[in-house]
Amino acid sequence: MIARLDLLLAPLRQHPARSTVSIVAIAVGVALGLAIQLINATAVSEFSSAARALAGRADLIVRGPRSGFDESVYPGLARTPGVVTASPALEVDARVAGTRQTLRVIGIDVFRAARIQPALLGLDADLLDMLRTDTIFLSPAALASLGVSVGQTIELQAGLTGRVLRVAGTTAAGEGGAAVGVMDIGAAQALFHRPGRLTRVDLALRAGTDPAALAARLALPAGVVATRVEAEGHDLARMTRAYRVNLDVLALVALFTGSLLVFSTQALSVARRRAEIALLRVVGFTRRQVAGLVLAQGALIGVVGAVLGTAGGVALAAGVLHVMGSDLGAGYFSGLQPRVVVGWEAAVVFGVLGVIAAVCGSLAPAIEAASAAPTTALRSGDDARAFRGLQTPVPGVVAIVAGAGCVFLPPVAGLPIFGYAAIALLLLGTIALLPRIVAVLLAAARPPRAVAGRLALERLRASPAQAAVSLSAIVAAVSLAVAMAVMVSSFRHSLDDWLQGILPADLYLRANDVGDSGFLSVTDQRRITETAGVRQVEFLRRLEVIIEPGRPRVAVLARDRVDEDPEHRLPLIGPAKPGTRDDAPGDAWISEAAAAIQGWRVGQRIDVPLGGRRCAFRVAGVWRDYARQSGAILIDRSRYVAFTGDRTADDAGIWLRDRAALSSVRAAIERLAPDAIETLTPEEVRTRSLAVFDRTFAVTYALEIVAVLIGLLGLSSAMGAEVVARRREFGMLRHLGVTRREIATILAAEGAIAAVTGLTVGAVLGYVISLILIHVVNRQSFHWGMTLHVPWAGIAAFFCAMIVAASATAIIGGRQAMSGSAVRAVRDDW
Amino acid sequence: MTGERAIPAARSVGRRRFLLGLSATLAHPVTAVAIRYPDVVPGTPLRFPRDHGAHPDFRTEWWYLTGWLYTDRREPLGAQLTFFRTRPGLQEDNPSRFAPTQLLFAHAALADPRQGRLQYGQRAARSGFGLAAADERTTAVHIDDWSLDLREHVYRAQVVTETFAFDLACAAHEAPLLEGSGGYSRKGPDSASASYYYSRPHLGVNGVLERSGERTRVRGEAWLDHEWASEILPPSATGWDWAGINLEDGGALMAFRIRDDAGQALWAGGTHVDARGVRRTLGAHDVAFTPTRWWASPRTGIRYPVQVRVRAGRFTFETVPLMDDQELDARASVGTVYWEGAVRAISAGRVAGHGYLELTGYGGRPRL
Repeated sequence: MIARLDLLLAPLRQHPARSTVSIVAIAVGVALGLAIQLINATAVSEFSSAARALAGRADLIVRGPRSGFDESVYPGLARTPGVVTASPALEVDARVAGTRQTLRVIGIDVFRAARIQPALLGLDADLLDMLRTDTIFLSPAALASLGVSVGQTIELQAGLTGRVLRVAGTTAAGEGGAAVGVMDIGAAQALFHRPGRLTRVDLALRAGTDPAALAARLALPAGVVATRVEAEGHDLARMTRAYRVNLDVLALVALFTGSLLVFSTQALSVARRRAEIALLRVVGFTRRQVAGLVLAQGALIGVVGAVLGTAGGVALAAGVLHVMGSDLGAGYFSGLQPRVVVGWEAAVVFGVLGVIAAVCGSLAPAIEAASAAPTTALRSGDDARAFRGLQTPVPGVVAIVAGAGCVFLPPVAGLPIFGYAAIALLLLGTIALLPRIVAVLLAAARPPRAVAGRLALERLRASPAQAAVSLSAIVAAVSLAVAMAVMVSSFRHSLDDWLQGILPADLYLRANDVGDSGFLSVTDQRRITETAGVRQVEFLRRLEVIIEPGRPRVAVLARDRVDEDPEHRLPLIGPAKPGTRDDAPGDAWISEAAAAIQGWRVGQRIDVPLGGRRCAFRVAGVWRDYARQSGAILIDRSRYVAFTGDRTADDAGIWLRDRAALSSVRAAIERLAPDAIETLTPEEVRTRSLAVFDRTFAVTYALEIVAVLIGLLGLSSAMGAEVVARRREFGMLRHLGVTRREIATILAAEGAIAAVTGLTVGAVLGYVISLILIHVVNRQSFHWGMTLHVPWAGIAAFFCAMIVAASATAIIGGRQAMSGSAVRAVRDDW
Repeated sequence: MTGERAIPAARSVGRRRFLLGLSATLAHPVTAVAIRYPDVVPGTPLRFPRDHGAHPDFRTEWWYLTGWLYTDRREPLGAQLTFFRTRPGLQEDNPSRFAPTQLLFAHAALADPRQGRLQYGQRAARSGFGLAAADERTTAVHIDDWSLDLREHVYRAQVVTETFAFDLACAAHEAPLLEGSGGYSRKGPDSASASYYYSRPHLGVNGVLERSGERTRVRGEAWLDHEWASEILPPSATGWDWAGINLEDGGALMAFRIRDDAGQALWAGGTHVDARGVRRTLGAHDVAFTPTRWWASPRTGIRYPVQVRVRAGRFTFETVPLMDDQELDARASVGTVYWEGAVRAISAGRVAGHGYLELTGYGGRPRL
């Protein structure tokens, strides 16, 4: 037993650096995957516990546009047979006056909420305080984030003015760490200037009533829908899913890279220990036992990696949640203060995946070890025969062809499954064909004049399979890094171009940059228009409407003068068919995402729910919109006002008489409502948007760096192994009078040539993958297109760094290998 | 006498604790809007059917129906339905239809000796949207599917709770009995403490009762109080005792007393109508309540004098409860615990009448 254990551990112990790198690679993959899973589980569990607390014992939730729907819906719902209690609410994300903080304020009818949503009530509250106009109950998270205590006051922005409220007590509504305030619904309607508006009605049904059947029976205005409580949070989960799956795939790629590292170390170790293994066969080990031994070594690496990775994953999740919040900086879950939820299922799944990755990596070496006939293997010089099985081109070619085919398949359940499959197949196929590709590349290479270089090239040419084995991990890592770099850079450039095109005005103003409690009244709009130095103002009303139940809300942007000259003002995609100003139905300009999600085409008549009615529009064209993932519909504001009578606005685009007067006009406008109005120049909007973009992709950047580090570690360990394996060769060279320095040069050249080869293959593969990411994965996940932009300078710098690193590791590895005497090295052979 | 017993006092513990709470808060208002409630003025004549309806300007108002019911098998039961209306004086200038300017509360209880303890349900809502309202023209008050309506001299009471439901027609054969002085009922040594108050004794009940899904026909006799006021009980009051009895001889008796901290009467009063229909108003010295048996609630530990000797002028009787456990714990909704039970009035060894006894303020000071 002890002997077996020793057999198992000895090879790992002999090469601690190599083993460590493999373990680290597996651990990183496990940690990343687990951390992403934990972070998301935390966010979803927080969101759903908050949602559950709000819904209480309700079975159905009636919701409409984000701005709400008419309260006349409520009595009808309350009287519907089968409904025991209907609890109306008005929710507003109120801006805390003078800050960039928001507070979710829920206006409730305390008498209705008491029956089904006890968590919404104030704790130990005086009932009268729950009915006053000037009192509010805050969740503990809200008290903490606002830095107030019970009895003090807070000021919330309504329109462009602040309103002071007394904190009358605490509420349990913020379960899950949400910053929430609860007040009377009548008071909230008055406070936020939303007369007659509700945003939701929670329905508790008589026992035995089928919620779905009842929901279908309800007569609701256009754009107002009833959904099961269980569906709450699904929208959010769906919205973040594409983003999350992207990150999960990155984690799997990290695991895959780890698996390749295990493969290359194990393969080289098997090659190096052919004689040892043959001896084992001679002393009575069966093929099965030999293969088992190699697989067990892989499994051991996997288990250690998985354990470290699990611990790392939990720590990483906690750290990320602390720094960025549970949406990884993407802005999906605002207002939640997360605490990491450790899901053991996720830990087990990713741990097992880590072990599987390591075992899979050992599979080919194990078969190789088992298949060698003891008599031949005991003879020296048999190394080159190794991995001949890998040289069969069929599986590689099949994988690449299949991958290319996957590119043309549609998304599955809104996810680019086949896009990812294509990437995986291309990666696997390329790695399977790597020995051939390397051989072709090396054959094509012109031999350098220097002796060292020529020797190095010849050496590599002689055993392309071995070179391929050491290069597989670096190819995977580089292709991933290049693909991500190209994709992110394309996205960033497209976004930048888009921002420059979509911001034609001199100055922008938003009344509710934070929260949704601010707006511009007709008076405010007049005062802005009449400000000295202002030539023209275009106001914009922003809404979010439900086009179809169960799908995320779609933005409706009602802007002034859309009907006048849309084609010159919008980043249009494809042909447009605008109508005239007096046409009915009017023009609707839809974003790419709206077109993809709703399946709308140019020329099609669509119904947009505005003010509780179905309002007809005709799709006039499709424009690019990177700002709203769930889609946007742009219409002329005069048509919106005609349908709804709502003349308030959220944003304004301002053109000046004289651009030089920018700062004075700006100051004059901001003076209209200090603290409530913020103006931005197009340049400032752009800087801010790109900062948000970079924050969102920070995780991607981090993963990219990690992948490259793993690849580099893999290359260095493979080079080191190679050098160790060739000690007798160097011994022979030393006998022939070659100096250590010269050997080091040969090694450096070999490292550089290998690195260039790996980088070339990785770069080409990465470019192809980036095309798949841009045109398949991104389009299918987020429904928007982008223009390809390759960050040449960055990639070139990265390549130089990789070549230097590869040469350096080769030299360091070689120096260690040559530390023993040349004589002993040569004697090894006899 | 629902009126008397119901007048809010800052430290009272009655079933109107919630209303008391409102009044207490209003005594030192936080709101900028000063609310002027109408006074209860002696000599104001009550006019019907107008005064059967709600008086939304006044701070508080209630319709209080209590009765003895009998199933076809002559099982005796006690039933109660109460609607409260209050004007908290909040958001009166808010145009929102949700502005809580008029609040409605309701309690319903069933005393079923087979169950051994009181079953009850509660409702609360702000008036509005047609979901809860108190009509000003006649008695027509409802919260969702609970209602009390007067039509053609018949009160219809409809209630659905988790454990029981009833739909009772209560026919009034007599003119309203004006309590106090022509409907002006004084509640304390200070003449400001007063209410408008009338009763409807001897209502003939005919209806359907549903217990755990089982429907039974019920008949019996009920008593209705309607009372409205703006002013508060004396600040030193901690609770009150009240009894309303339909007498077997065709007469009716209402008696109440308001207690202080020491359990002594701060004020008392009542009305006795004898068999010939002669009405006698009882003053503070004509009425006395003397506990003869106490019962302690196993749930709250509160001790109630469930058997009381009542002296009302020359008439004296002792109340004997239909069952001891008729405690109504409404702390979860309106914040009060009290005893409100069906009782027999025993006088000279025989049953002289059936009615209800109300005992409030025995649980100590209310939790605020």
